[in-house]
Amino acid sequence: MDALLQYFSGMFGSAWPLVWSLAKIVAIVAPLMLAVAYLTFWERKVIGWMQVRIGPNRVGPWGLLQPIADGVKLLLKEIIIPTKSNTWIFLMAPGLAIAPALAAWAVIPFNDNLVLANIDASLLYVMAITSMGVYGIILSGWASNSKYAFLGGLRASAQMVSYEISMGFALITVLMVSNSLNFVDIVHAQQKGVFADAGLGFLSWNWLPLLPMFVVYLISGVAETNRAPFDLAEGESEIVAGFHAEYSGMAFALFFLAEYANMILISALVSIMFLGGWASPVGFLPDCTLWLFAKMSFILLLFLWFRATFPRYRYDQLMRLGWKVFIPVCLVWLTLIGVWMMSPWNIWK
Amino acid sequence: MEFKTAVFYFLSAILVFASLRVITARNAVVAVLHLILAFFSAGGVWALLQAEFLAIGIVLIYVGAVMVLFLFVVMMLDINIDRLREKFWSYLPLGLIVGLVMLFELGAVLSANYLGVMESDAPQVPAGVSNTKALGRLIYTDFVYPFELASVVLLVAIVAAIAITYRGRKPTKSTDPAKQIRVQAKDRVRVLQMPSEKQD
Repeated sequence: MDALLQYFSGMFGSAWPLVWSLAKIVAIVAPLMLAVAYLTFWERKVIGWMQVRIGPNRVGPWGLLQPIADGVKLLLKEIIIPTKSNTWIFLMAPGLAIAPALAAWAVIPFNDNLVLANIDASLLYVMAITSMGVYGIILSGWASNSKYAFLGGLRASAQMVSYEISMGFALITVLMVSNSLNFVDIVHAQQKGVFADAGLGFLSWNWLPLLPMFVVYLISGVAETNRAPFDLAEGESEIVAGFHAEYSGMAFALFFLAEYANMILISALVSIMFLGGWASPVGFLPDCTLWLFAKMSFILLLFLWFRATFPRYRYDQLMRLGWKVFIPVCLVWLTLIGVWMMSPWNIWK
Repeated sequence: MEFKTAVFYFLSAILVFASLRVITARNAVVAVLHLILAFFSAGGVWALLQAEFLAIGIVLIYVGAVMVLFLFVVMMLDINIDRLREKFWSYLPLGLIVGLVMLFELGAVLSANYLGVMESDAPQVPAGVSNTKALGRLIYTDFVYPFELASVVLLVAIVAAIAITYRGRKPTKSTDPAKQIRVQAKDRVRVLQMPSEKQD
């Protein structure tokens, strides 16, 4: 491997760092896009099974080529631009939706060394980048020049700003107990503790001492990605398709990709911050990136499960949950963790 | 030219262009979008000065939260440009005075070390020292009183905003199950006996 790298770095000369970074970005984004495609397939299958249906099974063996067929269909469709829309912003919005969903992956670590950019403030970086995802939705709603799309955009902006606060609070408790803003350090902090020494690592992860924060973060994550039961921004029964009502073809597909890429991102964040990342749950098995993928798959299954189970929230109930339930819970737990850390029973030393 | 210098000029060019568009754009939403771009490029310039916490802070707070709500309001405004232009000449003297004062202030700041901006005395941070940690330590030790004062001012602002917009509690629409059970048919339906009339 090292010899191969030596050979390539000799071939590209001074452009090598650039080429090497690009190669790493492709190595993250390409599997991510594949994962998005098969997550849509898996979603249709899982929801099908939960509703005692079969789900897609016509294209390819067990329907496995269905996402490819969907992709080809969307690529070949015409992109219709409404006459009275603001063309530039209309076309820019899908890009603004998907760019943050991909950019955040730059700092997500897959194991101790496997990370594109191991920066000090990776937690802050992810919060800053994901908070920009809302612009794609608001602008698509405004630029479409359609009432339904506009209502969808307004709903999305209020919802995402509200839930970002509780997500931020949940992250503050995590950074307090791990004493770092760096994801690798956060995972390392979870590998220590009484239970980890006894070989029961999964009891040392943050989800147990920070249980309310774990629940708040998970639910806020569902709300932040505009997924059912919080998909008010789309709300088919009231506002047709919400912010992407006027989009077709690949422009629509980009919103779709952004939503699923965000889901995978949230599942990665939950796994890293509350479920120990790539740490093994028991002492006799080695730590491995596969553990991270297993945890992410479980969180993604929860996303699909929620969608198949719960009816959509009413808008005032959604706001009530965010502002009157989650934020007070966060404030209390934040104080509690602070007191706990200063007390003699501090478990995070 | 050093790579860092090139990045600085690139970001600054975007920043200056975006700021100009904020005041020249005819469409208010386009102006707000350029303001967002300006904040984002300013964050980039700060990151270049190794102030990573400030850089991420401006993106997180201004770009991610404040401007979203700003855009929210501006999108719903129905602005008539021609009506705004009517009073242009009567407001011009005041505008000029404010503009000149701002120009003077900018000049005073920049002239001091204008040529030294790139080789500014931003200290080279040794590896292993976190910008965020250093800021946090300073805020909670040396500058704790100004910091607390600022948070109290913000709290007062929050209370004031709610006090201004609060219109009292809406009458609750909740139902009392006990009352619903005790309801009799005669409370809801009245059966009338009417003799039939002959139609002419």
